[in-house]
Amino acid sequence: MNKNITVALAGNPNSGKTTLFNRLTGARQHVGNYPGVTVEKKEGSCNYQGTCLNVVDLPGAYSLTAYSIEEVVARDFLVQDRPEITIAIVDASNLERNLYLTLQFLELRIPCIIALNMVDVAESRGIHINAKRLSELLDVPVIPIVARSGKGQNELMNSTVNFSAKGQQRRPLEISYGEDLDSALAEMEPLICKAKFLAPTYPARWVALKYLEADKQILEKGHAADPVVAEKLEKIARRVTNHIHNTMDTYPEALIADHRYGYIHAIMKQGIIKRDNNNDRLYLSDKIDKVLTNQLLGPVIMLLVLMGLYHFTFTYSEVPVGWCEAVFGWLGDMTDQTLPDGLIKSLVISGIIDGVGGVLGFVPLIMFMFFGIAILEDSGYLARVAFMLDRVFRIFGLHGSSVMAYIVSGGIAGGCAVPGIMAARTLHSPRERLATILTAPFMNCGAKLPVMTLLIAAFFAENEALIMFILTLLTWAVALLTAKLLRSTIIAGESTPFVMELPPYRLPTLRGLLIHTWERTWQYIKKAGTVILGISILIWAMMTFPGLPEGKADQFEQQRITIISAQPKAFQELKTVNENTKRSEAAEALSETLKEIGQKESEAALKHSVAGRIGTSLEKVSRLAGFNWRINIALVGGFAAKEVIVSTLGTAYSMGEVDSEETGTLSDTLARSSDWSPLTALSLIIFVMFYSPCFVAVVCIVREAGSWKWGAFSMVFNTLLAFGLSVAVYQIGKVFI
Amino acid sequence: MKKLHCLRQMKEKQKGIIKTIKAKGELGRRIRDMGLVPGSKVMVLGRAPLKDPVALRLNDFTLTLRNNEADYITVETEGE
Repeated sequence: MNKNITVALAGNPNSGKTTLFNRLTGARQHVGNYPGVTVEKKEGSCNYQGTCLNVVDLPGAYSLTAYSIEEVVARDFLVQDRPEITIAIVDASNLERNLYLTLQFLELRIPCIIALNMVDVAESRGIHINAKRLSELLDVPVIPIVARSGKGQNELMNSTVNFSAKGQQRRPLEISYGEDLDSALAEMEPLICKAKFLAPTYPARWVALKYLEADKQILEKGHAADPVVAEKLEKIARRVTNHIHNTMDTYPEALIADHRYGYIHAIMKQGIIKRDNNNDRLYLSDKIDKVLTNQLLGPVIMLLVLMGLYHFTFTYSEVPVGWCEAVFGWLGDMTDQTLPDGLIKSLVISGIIDGVGGVLGFVPLIMFMFFGIAILEDSGYLARVAFMLDRVFRIFGLHGSSVMAYIVSGGIAGGCAVPGIMAARTLHSPRERLATILTAPFMNCGAKLPVMTLLIAAFFAENEALIMFILTLLTWAVALLTAKLLRSTIIAGESTPFVMELPPYRLPTLRGLLIHTWERTWQYIKKAGTVILGISILIWAMMTFPGLPEGKADQFEQQRITIISAQPKAFQELKTVNENTKRSEAAEALSETLKEIGQKESEAALKHSVAGRIGTSLEKVSRLAGFNWRINIALVGGFAAKEVIVSTLGTAYSMGEVDSEETGTLSDTLARSSDWSPLTALSLIIFVMFYSPCFVAVVCIVREAGSWKWGAFSMVFNTLLAFGLSVAVYQIGKVFI
Repeated sequence: MKKLHCLRQMKEKQKGIIKTIKAKGELGRRIRDMGLVPGSKVMVLGRAPLKDPVALRLNDFTLTLRNNEADYITVETEGE
């Protein structure tokens, strides 16, 4: 007998929901998104005695209101997809608060069993729970488990399968909400039943409760479904709300919550919970917190941990990043040798291989970053970071957790905005999260550093360290102030309440960490990869087409022929003798001249291409900030990846492709150029720091913010901001110099 | 002797019972979801290095909230 059933896992954050999910489904899981929102949807499957269970891990929630998108997603799934059974995971060491959500499942009348998780932790704290009694009182199966070790898992599966087979009827849970609300409910329920209002999706009493709570989503749905009934219900709700406000100075929503807790309290008193010790006992977690959130030690340790995370991400990933680069370098060389010169070769090397290499080059970084953050998150330390830093970040309309995204993006110079933007996932407040995502790319990522080093070496060689330090401070200042600006304009709105649990410290499980890291990395490769490859080819085309017109190309060819025919002997030597062996002076000179012509040709071709034309046509405007057309082209190229600025500057100054690691000669050229001054360099550094994020980062912004609108916004807004700052620096500087 | 305090004014390690919560909307909902309802016992565990937010111990868990959020909550304390 092969049967398929859908099982939903639901519970509070930190209740061990994900641990149980990983236990049940192992590697057979995939992560997607709920339609239209950025909330992750995790699904997996497992078999138990011939039944195939399709397990859905719902987002962690404390309640089922319409205030947060996670909660709306969870309850929409429960009522619309109607899973055969919902496993409510309840933390046994924190039973009362966890049951608050379970009660709401029961009120929603969905088939449900309770997995009483972490009974071992509860026991160790001297909390004993009578699961049988709890099951009787709630009329729901209660299975004690330990998700970490797998204890009780079989019993849980057993009752899940049995329960769904029986299609058990449970007596509906009806909590009394006090005289005023009960009489309103009694008035509303018949109305709802008679009109079959929002039926059969939602139970009548639940709808009535939501009208009293003034639940936005249900009010909207009700109005769309049957405006007449909706109006009647709203009228009753308004009347009761006014009455309660006048007599008790409170709101139906608050009263409902009070009564739910009252109901739980009453159940607890019937011999459910027995405590050995008194509550004041200092748990291990509290002892750790005495040190880790200590007024003096706390910030110091936090700084060390954040630096540690940073080094872990960027130092240890160097090796695999090196492998990636080596493989793609080798692929490029192979192609170089096998394909004939021409457009196809250029497309394969510069468009495809560099594009794919670019996508995969970030993979080790992202893996290490997510692994590091998973440790901090799963252990509970991340919540402490948010706790300690909230006071600072709140000033700018952000959240304590924003610090992670900033640091990884390059808050300590040399990070990368791609994993940084993804790190913002740890933020659960939508407005703060968006502001963090949009400002994190301002940080000085590793790709901006070669540009900065090049310019600093050319113009401010004596004060290198000092200037780098000032630039790091500047980038933080601009990011934070921009966040403030965004939060008071386009993402305005009250700060999301901070009210947050400080979960007890726990040792993360390796299995959980690995699954966590892998699924996010895979998502990046799958979702971002294809788009990035496409754009990479597009940028290649912009810098290649249109090619030099016939006449122009012929001129260069003619020059070559003239020079070669003047020195046939030297040319013969060049052709036959390997370049590593010593050649005659004449041959060397000829080789140099030919190289120069080639570089002049590349420069002319670049100027002639779409990117070149954009650069030249923008020169009038860009002069305000001191940029000539060569710089403009380099900046256009920099959209592919900021380190491309250096190599493109090289081409534009007829020096051939310049390796971003060795920029000595280019910096000499710039320092001597009449078109450059220290002021130009400063203006350019500022522009590079703040203009449009590279397109890989833009693609990530789109993915994480959930709309192309924000990707486009960050490109336009950042570029305008950067240009404004550069012009200001250049024009004011000119007055003083 | 029993005394009413605003939660913000409570000292470290001080205990009390929540009397009223005046927050509404999302903040009120979040506070209640966490089990902060009239009648719950709370203890101030400590404050962040910059004195804000504050960490509270409820029955079996710890939660934090900002001082301006604590302003909505009054607590009845024993003694002093």
